[in-house]
Amino acid sequence: MLRLETRTAPARWLSFAVPVFAALLALLLAAIPLLSAGVSPLQAYRVMLSGAFGSQFAATEVVARATPLILTGLAAAVAFRARLFNIGAEGQLYAGALAAVAVGSGLIDGPAVLMIPLVCLAGALAGAALMLGPTLMKVKLGADEVVTTLLLNFVVALFVQMMIEGPMKDPMSMGWPQSEPILSSAVLPNLIERTRVHAGLIIAVGAALLAEIVMRRTVLGFRIRAVGHNPAAARFAGMSVTRTMLVVGALSGALAGLAGVGEVAGLKGYLTNDLSPGYGYAGIVVAMLAGLSPLGVIASALFVAAVFVGADSMSRALTVSSYIANLIVALSLLSVLLSSVLLRFRLRWEGKPA
Amino acid sequence: MILDILLTVSFWAAAIRIATPLIFGVLGALVCEKAGVLNLGIEGIMTVGAMAGWLAVYSGCDLWTGVLIAALSGAAFGLLLSFFTVTLGLSQHVSGLGLTLLATSGAYFTYRVILPNQSTPPRITPFQPLDIPVLSDLPVIGPILFSQTALTLLAFVLVGLLTWIYARTPLGLALKAVGENPAAVEAQGLSVAWLRTGAVVAGSALMAIGGAFLTMSAFDAFFFEMVAGRGWICIALTVFASWQPGKALLAAILFGAFDAFQVRLQQVAGGVVPGQVFLMLPYLLSILALVIWSRQASAPKALMMPYLRGQR
Repeated sequence: MLRLETRTAPARWLSFAVPVFAALLALLLAAIPLLSAGVSPLQAYRVMLSGAFGSQFAATEVVARATPLILTGLAAAVAFRARLFNIGAEGQLYAGALAAVAVGSGLIDGPAVLMIPLVCLAGALAGAALMLGPTLMKVKLGADEVVTTLLLNFVVALFVQMMIEGPMKDPMSMGWPQSEPILSSAVLPNLIERTRVHAGLIIAVGAALLAEIVMRRTVLGFRIRAVGHNPAAARFAGMSVTRTMLVVGALSGALAGLAGVGEVAGLKGYLTNDLSPGYGYAGIVVAMLAGLSPLGVIASALFVAAVFVGADSMSRALTVSSYIANLIVALSLLSVLLSSVLLRFRLRWEGKPA
Repeated sequence: MILDILLTVSFWAAAIRIATPLIFGVLGALVCEKAGVLNLGIEGIMTVGAMAGWLAVYSGCDLWTGVLIAALSGAAFGLLLSFFTVTLGLSQHVSGLGLTLLATSGAYFTYRVILPNQSTPPRITPFQPLDIPVLSDLPVIGPILFSQTALTLLAFVLVGLLTWIYARTPLGLALKAVGENPAAVEAQGLSVAWLRTGAVVAGSALMAIGGAFLTMSAFDAFFFEMVAGRGWICIALTVFASWQPGKALLAAILFGAFDAFQVRLQQVAGGVVPGQVFLMLPYLLSILALVIWSRQASAPKALMMPYLRGQR
């Protein structure tokens, strides 16, 4: 007979099979809302697929959308490893973008080799600073970081609104609330001509590689995993849980801040209050789909980006609301949780008991 | 000048009105958390409640049927959350956030499917202020308490009901114990899984009514992003209220008063200070409340600890 039994160590192949299974399950479940909207799911997914990969331009668009998702995905992956639930990537992204604009739109000017690192540094620092507060509140006062980072997202959104309507408003914008443009010396150059793929991609992929090395090969990575796995044991082993948490919080915030720098200095050129269509929240799904592995984040960011790009063209072709993309992304998160149960058990065939 | 604001009847009437969705939300969060489950689906569940209640009335149901449909949709999402967190024992943080993403996008998607090209949201006739003989005519407390809509009174009644359930009934005792010491509850022959599932379903229904108040009483239409973090504020206020229904009422009203005060201050000082500064205050106040009270608050001991039978 068939029996469920607990796995002691999850098989290696499963850690690849689980996210694929989860993504397929999410697409299967999304057929329900599609059907209820009167659309054939098969046709919908065909349009989505060709919308995301059907042309060279579409494929580059997926890469362009994946760029911020890799960074916000890393922000979540690194923090979640230490059981620091940073849900504030959306706010940290905007803080990074705001800092990039503050430094890069005329405050100082210089050659690009100087200006580009400078705006990146400013954005990363702003994101890190924003995450340090909730991290401190968690380790020192026991305030749930999920709630504090979520609430800060609203505060940052209002702050950005205030700045682009007030002190940082572009006087040449004909009244639109937007910041002054980034100087051309601080713009992240395009990687492929006539597409939206910009040098932020190099930063994102580089960050993923670096994060993978840090998590796997360094003392810091070991500390992060230890603190996430069992803080009491980590403390007993002589590690400073507080300091590790603060480092993780700063790293996580910095990664999300860099996502904002890329969007404002690589794509848009100036800051508006609709810079991110929820990249911060989608980053959580990206990280979970990747099983919190930094290299896996690149693959899952491409998947989520393809869902967004594909859903855009699907909603144009079949007049289905593009909120279907958010639905699929949300379903992916729940599916990956569900599939993670598979990692814990295995089916075993046993002969009839004698 | 501050006293001029604080001493008006209209100010306190506004405070109670603003507090009403939060009372439902905090009570819902409290019911879940007392049983040991942190329900971070709250923001999405409130959005679903707001949409479902409004949609029911828009398509011809009467107002109370709308409230019931909102509660049932919230309960359905609560059932889904309890499958993840109670049955499977998965991370309450991640499951809750996933539920919020699902419920929010589901509500927006449904709205867009039904009204594809509507630019101005269609209105319904919302709950009207009550006019109770004698009570509504009382000076001061008449207009503050008894000229609100029926949902506000329902919120007050629920505070009393929950206080009584938790203090006086075996059910309340079990619902508390399951969040403090589930093994002991199991030893009594009660099912931890059923009690927790029931609490999450009931709590989620309350959250959804809180959302429905927004579209069916405070406003008369559904807007995108209209919940605007109220769910997260409720989670913070639950800590501030140290998981007690009476204090939850107090916390929500204090918060409502602060919000009403902020709006009035904006009218006075709006020319000097940008409006966004005032709008930030409620969120900052919630963070402050969480920071100050997290340490000393006595959270349910088994909060966020999954209980799977036969495992320790």
